[in-house]
Amino acid sequence: MAKKVALLQGNEACAHGALYAGCSFFGGYPITPSTEVAEVLSGELPKIGGKFIQMEDEIGAMASVIGASLTGAKALTATSGPGVSLKQELIGYACIAETPCVIINVMRGGPSTGMPTGPGQSDVMQAMWGTHGDHAAIALVPASCQEIFSETVRAFNLAEKYRMPVQVLYDEIVGHMREPVEFPEPGELEVIDRTAPSVGPEAYKPYDTSFGDVPPLAAFGSGYKYHVTGLNKAEDGFPTTKADLVDAEERRQISKVKNPTALADIESNEEYLTEDAEVIIWAYGSTARSSRYAVNELRKEGIKAGLFRPITLWPFPEKRTAELAKQAKAIVVPEMNLGQMILEVERVAMGACKIAGVHRVDGEPINPGQIIAQVKEVL
Amino acid sequence: MAERYEIRFSGAGGQGLITAGIILAEAASIIEGKQAVQSQSYGPEARGGASKSEVIISDAPIDYPKATVVDACLAMTQEAADKYAVGIKDGGVLLLDDDMVPNTPEGDYKVIRIPIMRTAKEEIGREIVANVVALGAMIALTDVVSREAGETAVLNKVPEAFKDLNKKAFNLGFEKVKKLMN
Repeated sequence: MAKKVALLQGNEACAHGALYAGCSFFGGYPITPSTEVAEVLSGELPKIGGKFIQMEDEIGAMASVIGASLTGAKALTATSGPGVSLKQELIGYACIAETPCVIINVMRGGPSTGMPTGPGQSDVMQAMWGTHGDHAAIALVPASCQEIFSETVRAFNLAEKYRMPVQVLYDEIVGHMREPVEFPEPGELEVIDRTAPSVGPEAYKPYDTSFGDVPPLAAFGSGYKYHVTGLNKAEDGFPTTKADLVDAEERRQISKVKNPTALADIESNEEYLTEDAEVIIWAYGSTARSSRYAVNELRKEGIKAGLFRPITLWPFPEKRTAELAKQAKAIVVPEMNLGQMILEVERVAMGACKIAGVHRVDGEPINPGQIIAQVKEVL
Repeated sequence: MAERYEIRFSGAGGQGLITAGIILAEAASIIEGKQAVQSQSYGPEARGGASKSEVIISDAPIDYPKATVVDACLAMTQEAADKYAVGIKDGGVLLLDDDMVPNTPEGDYKVIRIPIMRTAKEEIGREIVANVVALGAMIALTDVVSREAGETAVLNKVPEAFKDLNKKAFNLGFEKVKKLMN
């Protein structure tokens, strides 16, 4: 039988990806340009016994997502930059309490209210650093409606596997445009569920590292009782100020994502004509689509250009970016902000090649012509 | 077909041009199996004033999702024609509502005029189907999808009670352009 194909907006594809992943809870507060995610799930979740709640604000929405997750639900919220700003306190809480959840950020400009109806990519540093304290972050940046579907599924998988919040960021352009999206069959994409405890309620400790860097998580309501707090905690979940325990906990929360095995599992990139490239266009999200167009045009003129497109933006693709910096004469980083990921590219390139940005924050997409002009300028 | 074919529907907010774009994209992608991307003006711009919806159709995957040089443009109002006819490529086509756009924007493209709103109002009796008249006309003008694919996509989109009305609107638009082209 032919697969179901539908012409979907990016935001609609996100909602359907969440359902495919087994999402059964959405807590949110409507905000342009993300609202269609909530709109679709408000219709679909009740049909499958899930819950949709529009909370009093973005902070309440994030709290509801953490609470739902602790009962065993795969929980989602969708918002835009201003909403993420409000959620930051609770994103930190989800980090330290090691609670799986997915946050969709359909990016517009900023700071503050900015231009709600225009696209932006200026929340990419916020996705890493937008909560206080040392913490790990995972952020995925799909570039098409089909990829929004599959990366939303992967975001749930990573959240469940590593017991932490995972953000998916795409801009208004991809959020609102429509493309044909093929619905994968059940089982076609991997769906991961969190590891349940292998011990009974009496012996259960929510942060028992004898099971590894990611301890099993019990669902509230299933007979397991434990303590959840934003304080540094011991393996039983109760607060501690013991230096060795605090130090170990802080380090584990980063190493669970940044150890080589986890990095290999989490990182995802696409490369296009990079093999012999003298200039690398390093771009993500909708800007990567303009960049691919630019690569094709540049190749027609005999300029050896290639595209490196991170699909996982955080953790930052350090190794491959460093390799490309050594191979190429220059890296051009187009982004709809005034220079964010370019700082990371510069950090890992360590002066190995020239690096130049293409920046645009007027609510219009970066077009291929701007990228082509910068490539020619820098070479 | 060309690597990339770009169509722009423009007019006043509320004239159903986003829907026309979606139907064309569905005809191309879901029915004919091509690649298609549809996008639209959004926000304050789309509420009254000039509004637009763009469809890019290609046999190959589509990278840049916005219009670059437009192959075919529809303008339902003078304001839309003045604002959006710029960007039509040399040798492209501009479809105008004959009554609503008295001044033809200058450019190196072919101009076709048919009375879109008047056809909807007088020959079908419902102004609301003007977007479907325009869609039929655009498909006749561009051959970017087949007549059958266009009609099927229209009928898939509308409720049962309005199928006949929309079928008539689509075919009137299609035939009026074909007659002019022959």
